[in-house]
Amino acid sequence: MTGYIIRRLMQAVIVFFLVLIGIFFAMRLLPGDPIMMVVSKQMASTATEADIEKLRHEYGLDKPLLVQFFNWLGGVFRGNFGVSITNGRDVLSDIMRRLPVTLHLGLLAMVISFFFGIILGTISAVRRGTWIDTVVTSLANIGITIPVFWLGIVLMYIFALKLGWLPVFGYTSPFTNFLENTRQIIMPVFCLSVTSVAVIARQARSSMLEVLHQDYIRTAWSKGLLERAVVMRHALKNGLIPVIVLAGLGLSGIIGGSVLIETVFNIPGMGRLAVTAMLNQDYPVVQGVVLFFAAMVLLTNLVVDLAYGWLDPRIKYQ
Amino acid sequence: MQREEVLKSAASEAPPRVNEVKRFFKVFLGRPLVVFGLVIILVCVIMAIFAPQIAPYDPLKRNLSEALQQPSAKHILGTDSMGRDTLSRLIYGSRISLIVGVCVVLIAGGIGVTLGAIAGYFGGLAGTFIGRAMDALMTVPMLVLALTISALLGGGLKNIIIALGFSLIPGYTRLMTSQVLVAKETDYVLAARAMGASDLKIILRHVVPNCFSPILVMVTMMMGTTILAEAGLSFLGIGVPPPTPAWGSMVTDGREYLLTFPILSIAPGVAIMLVVFAFNMVGDGLRDALDPRLRGVL
Repeated sequence: MTGYIIRRLMQAVIVFFLVLIGIFFAMRLLPGDPIMMVVSKQMASTATEADIEKLRHEYGLDKPLLVQFFNWLGGVFRGNFGVSITNGRDVLSDIMRRLPVTLHLGLLAMVISFFFGIILGTISAVRRGTWIDTVVTSLANIGITIPVFWLGIVLMYIFALKLGWLPVFGYTSPFTNFLENTRQIIMPVFCLSVTSVAVIARQARSSMLEVLHQDYIRTAWSKGLLERAVVMRHALKNGLIPVIVLAGLGLSGIIGGSVLIETVFNIPGMGRLAVTAMLNQDYPVVQGVVLFFAAMVLLTNLVVDLAYGWLDPRIKYQ
Repeated sequence: MQREEVLKSAASEAPPRVNEVKRFFKVFLGRPLVVFGLVIILVCVIMAIFAPQIAPYDPLKRNLSEALQQPSAKHILGTDSMGRDTLSRLIYGSRISLIVGVCVVLIAGGIGVTLGAIAGYFGGLAGTFIGRAMDALMTVPMLVLALTISALLGGGLKNIIIALGFSLIPGYTRLMTSQVLVAKETDYVLAARAMGASDLKIILRHVVPNCFSPILVMVTMMMGTTILAEAGLSFLGIGVPPPTPAWGSMVTDGREYLLTFPILSIAPGVAIMLVVFAFNMVGDGLRDALDPRLRGVL
């Protein structure tokens, strides 16, 4: 097991390093002057050539690319992500202020997705071919198809504008007003969960179907166990392993969704920050946000793989 | 008597090739949802190709005297704030979705399959590097990656295609790598090598064709994913610039009039959903019909 953990950790470090290299060079090598990383478009159009050159020297952008990379890397590890070129604020502190909002919505969506996805998928596998199975499978098919931003708008139309049950948009901290916060996040969290509930339910259904055909399940039945015991104690344990692996992918989907949903509901989280920064071509912010998102997914994948090695003893020996 | 039965059952275990094709279509077209999906895709393709003939109005023509009308016999889905006919814009919008879908699948599929074949067949340092590079790409959520690339390149049809094409490479590479790893251990590859075939010939003639089914399924599914992602990007305002109609940006434009003219946002959303659903259903159907485990059954 120790060997497995060390190997997996090494791999994560290498992948993270590749992500860093990727982000740095994508920002530097794509069309456009890297000085745009530190000055806004308006500034660049009004400043004189000499001013730009001075700035270029100040930020070390006239040094060789490799030197620039290591300078940048050093900055990143010391938590220096630069300043936003649109509002001059420190990128890291901006991210830190918005991270809790996205985590709040995202983690809730994640828990809901796994809870309902596993329950729905399991029921539909156990009751294969019945109307419950048909309903769950159809809902799952719709869930992976529906454009979440559009779903948000439709829900907003029905529950906020027409019925007036929920606030249209916005975000209040749960520590300021818990009730208002709950009312505000119902629709966004629902939208964020829809796709991943569907994906998880489909995976849970197919892996449970596979497990339910195994010999040891037949043995459990023939021992005269109740259905609940067969499903809960024998089938779920093995059937859920492929589902847990989806956690990294699920988080990745939820982050992608948060970019859209935070825009729809005007929520001041990381997703909204990412979109605004990208529309304004505020590269230091873009860089910081992407790095944070990547680190979150990478960490989840690492935890999942370690859990996987622990849950499925066959993995360790490979 | 007994011998004949054995022969009979042996024959049914290994049906001739003609039956295989028949079986494929029987399974594939035997599902109502697959047929439904095929019809939707066909309608969408016809809409995209013959948009000028089908659309009742010019999708770009502003007519402020007819701005913001509810659905009527003249304008079946009403008009938007600039008096443009919603149905006509919807019909033209299918062009962007399909063009982006097809181009992205070709780019991502082409690069992804090639990288996957190299990683799976040769393995070693190249394989490890490709594998880790794909891991790195996959840590950035697909939509965020596409957004970042299009922010760096600037919007526009070409850049959206590049951004999405690049973001979807890892899926193909991973699938292809795992397929090739299995295929290269087979006896027919060994036989080809024994006969002196070069690596390139083995890959192109023997390995790739045998990985065709899962790739075809993935391509179909990815059409749906791509169209959904493109709609998301154009919803965020990073997409094909206005006034070209795209379904995602039509949802955004309609938001302002949500209370009074909800159809402006709802109609394009339904269109996105139908097309994505269609590709997913056809993909599901293909997967089941091409599943080698089902060969000889039914």
